[in-house]
Amino acid sequence: MSTLTDAATAHILPEGTREITFREALREAMTLEMRKDPRIFLMGEEVAQYNGAYKVSQGMLDEFGEKRIIDAPISENGFAGLAVGAAMYGLRPIIEFMSWSFSLVAADQILNNVPKMLYMSGGQWGCPVVFRGNNGAGGQLGSTHSWTVEALYANVPGLKIGIPSCPADAKGLLTTGIRDDDPYFNLESERMLSDKGPVPEGDYAIPFGQAALRRGTWSGERNSDVTLVSFGRPVNFCLDAADELAKDGVACDVLDMRTIRPLDIDSIIESVKRTNRVVVVDQCWPFASVASEVITQVCERAFDYLDHQPLRVNTDDVPTPYAKNLEAEYLPHKGKIIRAVRSTLGLS
Amino acid sequence: MPIRTVYKAQIDHLQILDEDGKLDEKLARDTLTDEQVLFAYEFMVLCRTYDEVAFKLQRSGRMGTYPQNKGQEAAAIGSGLAAVKGRDFLVPCYRENAALFLHGLPMEKILLHWMGDERGNQIPEGVLMTPLSIPIGTQMLHATGIAWAYKMRKEDRCVITYFGDGATSEGDFHEAMNFATVFNVPCVFFCQNNQWAISVPRESQMASETVAQKGLAYGAHCIQVDGNDLFAVYKATREAIDRARGGGGVTLIEAITYRLADHTTADDARRYRDEEEVASWRGKDPLIRLRKYLERKGLWDDARQAAHEEKCKAQVAEIVKNAEGIEKPSTDDIFDYTFGTELPAELQRQKATLRTTSLGQDPSQAGLGSDHSRAS
Repeated sequence: MSTLTDAATAHILPEGTREITFREALREAMTLEMRKDPRIFLMGEEVAQYNGAYKVSQGMLDEFGEKRIIDAPISENGFAGLAVGAAMYGLRPIIEFMSWSFSLVAADQILNNVPKMLYMSGGQWGCPVVFRGNNGAGGQLGSTHSWTVEALYANVPGLKIGIPSCPADAKGLLTTGIRDDDPYFNLESERMLSDKGPVPEGDYAIPFGQAALRRGTWSGERNSDVTLVSFGRPVNFCLDAADELAKDGVACDVLDMRTIRPLDIDSIIESVKRTNRVVVVDQCWPFASVASEVITQVCERAFDYLDHQPLRVNTDDVPTPYAKNLEAEYLPHKGKIIRAVRSTLGLS
Repeated sequence: MPIRTVYKAQIDHLQILDEDGKLDEKLARDTLTDEQVLFAYEFMVLCRTYDEVAFKLQRSGRMGTYPQNKGQEAAAIGSGLAAVKGRDFLVPCYRENAALFLHGLPMEKILLHWMGDERGNQIPEGVLMTPLSIPIGTQMLHATGIAWAYKMRKEDRCVITYFGDGATSEGDFHEAMNFATVFNVPCVFFCQNNQWAISVPRESQMASETVAQKGLAYGAHCIQVDGNDLFAVYKATREAIDRARGGGGVTLIEAITYRLADHTTADDARRYRDEEEVASWRGKDPLIRLRKYLERKGLWDDARQAAHEEKCKAQVAEIVKNAEGIEKPSTDDIFDYTFGTELPAELQRQKATLRTTSLGQDPSQAGLGSDHSRAS
């Protein structure tokens, strides 16, 4: 069982870090694992000759050759299904979706085959495939290219889903996902690929189901006023909001879930029992979202500790707008988070 | 000359053993020995008996549902014999039981599957096949992936995947064909064209005259065979496998056959098929023509038939006994096959709270006791 104590130290990086971008961190995770494990290959649209539509796989064709870095036809269901077969016969595929929005045409393979293969074969045929790519509003890409798939996909048992919020997590989560014997979805944000941050060199794997406490007065002296729970890019909005709220004397625990499947609900519960207030920030639509799930579980397990009803900040319940100002307002941004936190405290 | 032909194609149809059991000796050369044909016929009768017993099990409430294989045995056995057991890999849908049995799948497994038990999908070590695939067409991509793995590992093996005419309308078929040919993986696509996708006849499913020609667009070798002709199926599949193993390309085989029974036990084909049509196909039954052939060669007679049928009945009764005699699975199994790695904490909790009213409820709240005690 994870605890808030673990979460409080989870963000501390080992010695030997340097600043690299989110995309470089992803590439490093794949490259280091591929050097060690000849079973791994990377397949997707534009991943080889073009070095990746978003340059995540830059230089990998040169290092690993065309047998392991493979340009696929534009056929998401095709290469997702091929990966299932390859994994069943002992290979370890990494499949890049240029965007998770495009994974919808592969839904039967990734939702109806990948997570059920082991179960339906009575524990016999695992499906250790990593699917990764851009998720969420990419910056004026329009409704059909701006999917956040976590609410939809997290509903399916048998999947592990990680959403890194910083370059170090991008490397650590993807490394764990590649090594894991179960299927793993790595949801990345196009908007963060150029973000820089400290990333450990060499081997770096983050255990699944362990949240990281990014902000918090958790030291035993004084509890924070509110628990902010988030994952992926909105964690950064929460940090901005927490910094601003701190100026008014409002202290927030910011819990970065890092993986939503498995979900470190124990750390959330422990934090809520100290703060008695919770706001969940989620870049998905609100209905039947990860935020709804977190709040349900908080109510089931810590109802008596709540001093205010749990709140959630999601994207608006509409298709992602195309216009720049509309898209910005649609997202769960800093202003919305601050309003929600102040509301749980009875502040105007 | 502004117009020139850039592509021409034809689809050949292969038949070696006709409906009257007459063999084209020239085409049959280097195919099956008498011993193999005799074995194949006996196996067909066994599988037909199995099929009929399975149908009765469903009708008497001892099995959930069952798709009969009746009429399609030559396609399954001919192709199954062409693939090498323990070397080539079978990726089935659900109407080629005989091929799976030939490659070592214990016969009670298929009964268990349709009786609703995941253990029916557990394939014994060394038996090279995936479990039955119920979503239409998805398995063809898995076959391509397995063949891709063979190629990556430089293993001299081949994958053969089975599907029906209906599945060739799925995107998966086209995506799998495209991947297989463009990556040149050792894969054979075996279509059992049994004329009906549940109640939709072939001509309402596709405007193409044949299924085989669909493979031409992908640069596959394409052939149509009489699917009720053991020799033709064997020969075409054998050639396709040899070609695939040598890196010579992918083949799409269209085996023309007929579903003599309903789609599944949940279907009643009398509601949409003419009795005349069914009757004409009964005359093309692969068992009838093979029996005629064997009798003409003096390798079979009524006495042998009667004795073999008795033997098959006893053998199938034993298989049914094994399938029905298996102990019920443990309720722990509900959770235990969800992940290959350690059960995540949230599932451990759900497993512990199996009998509470809410999945997130603490076991202690439900009076079950657990480590998840409430912090004060």
